[in-house]
Amino acid sequence: MSTTTATTLSRPVTTRGHAYARHYWAFAVPAAVVVLLVILFPWVFTIFMSLHDWKVTGATPFVGFANYAKMLQDERFLWAIVRTLWFTAATVIAPVLLGVWAAVCFASQFKLRGLARTLFVLPMMATPVAIALVWTMMFHPQLGVLNYLLTSVGLPPSSWVYASSSVIPTLVMVETWQWTPLVMLIVLGGIASLPQEPYEAAILDGASAWQMFRHITLPLAWPFIMVATVIRLIDALKTFDTIYVITLGGPGTSSETINILLYQTAFAYYDLGYGSAIVVVFFLLILLISLLLLRVRQREAWR
Amino acid sequence: MNRHRLRRTLGRAGLYASVILLVSPALLFFLWMLSLSLKNELDNTAYPPVFIPHPPTLANFIDVFEKNDFFAYTINSVIVSFSATALALVLGVPAGYGIAKAKATKAAALILIARVTPGLSYLIPLFLMFQWLGMIGTLTPLVITHLVITVPVVVWVMIGFFEGLPGELEEAALVDGATIWQAFIHVAMPLARPGIMVAMILSFIFSWNNFIFGVVLAGRTTRTLPVAVYNVLTFEQISWGPLAAAALVVTAPVLLLTLLMQKEIVAGLTAGGVKGG
Repeated sequence: MSTTTATTLSRPVTTRGHAYARHYWAFAVPAAVVVLLVILFPWVFTIFMSLHDWKVTGATPFVGFANYAKMLQDERFLWAIVRTLWFTAATVIAPVLLGVWAAVCFASQFKLRGLARTLFVLPMMATPVAIALVWTMMFHPQLGVLNYLLTSVGLPPSSWVYASSSVIPTLVMVETWQWTPLVMLIVLGGIASLPQEPYEAAILDGASAWQMFRHITLPLAWPFIMVATVIRLIDALKTFDTIYVITLGGPGTSSETINILLYQTAFAYYDLGYGSAIVVVFFLLILLISLLLLRVRQREAWR
Repeated sequence: MNRHRLRRTLGRAGLYASVILLVSPALLFFLWMLSLSLKNELDNTAYPPVFIPHPPTLANFIDVFEKNDFFAYTINSVIVSFSATALALVLGVPAGYGIAKAKATKAAALILIARVTPGLSYLIPLFLMFQWLGMIGTLTPLVITHLVITVPVVVWVMIGFFEGLPGELEEAALVDGATIWQAFIHVAMPLARPGIMVAMILSFIFSWNNFIFGVVLAGRTTRTLPVAVYNVLTFEQISWGPLAAAALVVTAPVLLLTLLMQKEIVAGLTAGGVKGG
């Protein structure tokens, strides 16, 4: 965002450019039509459906806000919200901490840096379903390689995704493994754009690496860390593939987040009206949390 | 002076240790995936696990393609991802140009909404619509829904690229009497070729990896690879070798693209991420 304003300001604005500005809209028309059809239309229709008792077959009577009222009494839904929030908090904090650490490492010069960075980025590019299936094999309680590794260093075996107490931490581990690279890339991009003078001065003053990180890198790269946090937050709330493939919300409902419950409601029980109401609330939740974090970011910028 | 050098050496050691610590989970995971796919069933279910396939076998890969219809699924995936990417480029490159030139930040915000909305929420109405149109069971619904992912990616990357281009050359073309369309086609587009490349790669990868749309909209014969690997090979028989081989087949094109195009991808994700805020 900061780069956008920078380029806009630095470019001289000619009167001729202004005269053309209106016509440039035409370029966006085809895309806008498609966006309206496949993004906005579903939105309006979802709100419409959420006010009806809508099953796949049969009549679809108008029920007002009954679907929304039902949510407040639906314990499964309320637990899904709690679970989503806790899963999200963990899958934001761990990747952001590790991602900043990784970005600082990859910002230094060392042998084979390019190769190491590519390897590090692979988990986020790989097909999530394929990755999740391999993790599932690794989690197998008797034959899985992870329990073998744990017991071979003298630790007790874990039940991984097969017990309700350990399923969410295990899924958090998979998500962290997969999405730390995205945080790293954004923060690394930020660190690369920082001015070199403060570092040169600090080195002359004999500052340690930690002091330079704490007093130069961290405050200057803070906007980028916040952007990475917001992006990670949105993605974490929306997590689907990993949970669906590895546990399908189980055991029982102990890893059922809102997105999984939404899928079950709409496409397993075919309760499209209630599903649509969940979509609306889910979207508002995502919007609210992202805006909150963006506000925090804005206030930080004033310090 | 000596203390200073000691600290430097320790710092380097710490850096290398950190890098090894950070990279090894990714490296070991993919090596284990490869190992599973190259071992026979006996070795795959052995305890303690067999780490290095001895001798390695390609039987699992042959199994995937012979016993299951993976060629058909691969073709489905190729058709869907290529069409969705091509359409997104045709729509998204001019749109990115228009938005960047008109400095229409509000239009950019609309793209952000697409980034924030969970994929599942498009699916309920679109599912009904495709059912009503009788299109379930063909590849068309998949291509259309994949536009939900590919168009915003392309527009977003292109806005960033066109904003970064100096405007003087186009201005000169306009002064010489070119229309803005000609200035776009003959001046801006050639300059933005690296950006189009980045947009194309990212759009293709995201489309290829997509699972959720296929799960809901694909029929028995229209499965894309991610859906096929999940649906076709069940855990019932614990046939880990073929499953790992299939998983590797699904993700191999993306991993190869990442290895070959890492500079472009890193540039695109960094820019896209920064501007995605």
